[in-house]
Amino acid sequence: MKVSELVKELNLVVFSGEEGLNREIRGGYVSDLLSDVMGNATEGEIWITLQTHRNVVAIASLKELACVLLVSSLKPEQGTIDHSNSEGIPVLGTTCSTFEIAGLLYQKIKG
Amino acid sequence: MIELKFHISGGDFDTAGTASSETKKILKQLNIDSKVIKRTVVALYEGEVNIAAHAWKGEVAVTVKDHQIVALLKDEGPGIADINMAMLEGFSTASPKVREMGFGAGMGLPNMKKNADLLEVESTPGVGTTVRMSFDF
Ligand SMILES: Nc1ncnc2c1ncn2[C@@H]1O[C@H](COP(=O)(O)OP(=O)(O)OP(=O)(O)O)[C@@H](O)[C@H]1O
Ligand SMILES: [Mg+2]
Repeated sequence: MKVSELVKELNLVVFSGEEGLNREIRGGYVSDLLSDVMGNATEGEIWITLQTHRNVVAIASLKELACVLLVSSLKPEQGTIDHSNSEGIPVLGTTCSTFEIAGLLYQKIKG
Repeated sequence: MIELKFHISGGDFDTAGTASSETKKILKQLNIDSKVIKRTVVALYEGEVNIAAHAWKGEVAVTVKDHQIVALLKDEGPGIADINMAMLEGFSTASPKVREMGFGAGMGLPNMKKNADLLEVESTPGVGTTVRMSFDF
């Protein structure tokens, strides 16, 4: 599924990185520990987190993740937005909690 | 042979990540196997962030040879008193502020060990730490 399709289906906010909206999502990873994501996330996954600083995009880009999804109405910092735009990695948002959005995403991607 | 150099300041999490992302671009241009690039950037990122999180300042040098990438990370900082302990997954002395950002899981050095073909850590408490990693291709 493309990031843009998921945005539509789950009514997600697109904060930045629009250029990457056609990236393909092949799975998901939920974590707020950066080294955990660095060590264990896989290329093409959507990363669900509450971390909003620019290292999130740095990691997403290094790991070639599909996009980043911020939960619970959190907003990215300006540095995060800038980095997301220059790397073309979308940063998305939702009002849902991690639990709720992970459940919805699981159905869409794996269901 | 190509050599890349980067400076990292303690506490500066905005520029930490530059060495790995610049290195990634160069390795891609050199058409190096994508699995090797992935291993290299994961380990290099962890090394960079450790300088930002735990040291005062440091230098990173990445050398690309015929069949090997070598990363040398040399910092001035508090050093590591017990390297075996630091290598254990879950061990961390990260500050509360650093933990709030999602660092401090104690997984950085284990990630470096897993992804590098060779990892050597030398440290003098109160002076600094030198990390040498190599990646074969
Ligand atoms: N360059 C360094 N200078 C001083 N101490 C270091 C350095 N690198 C690592 N350490 C010490 O080793 C510990 C473990 O490092 P490691 O990278 O595994 O975990 P972390 O940095 O604490 O957390 P994480 O990497 O998961 O965000 C650190 O908490 C710190 O005490
Ligand atoms: Mg670390």
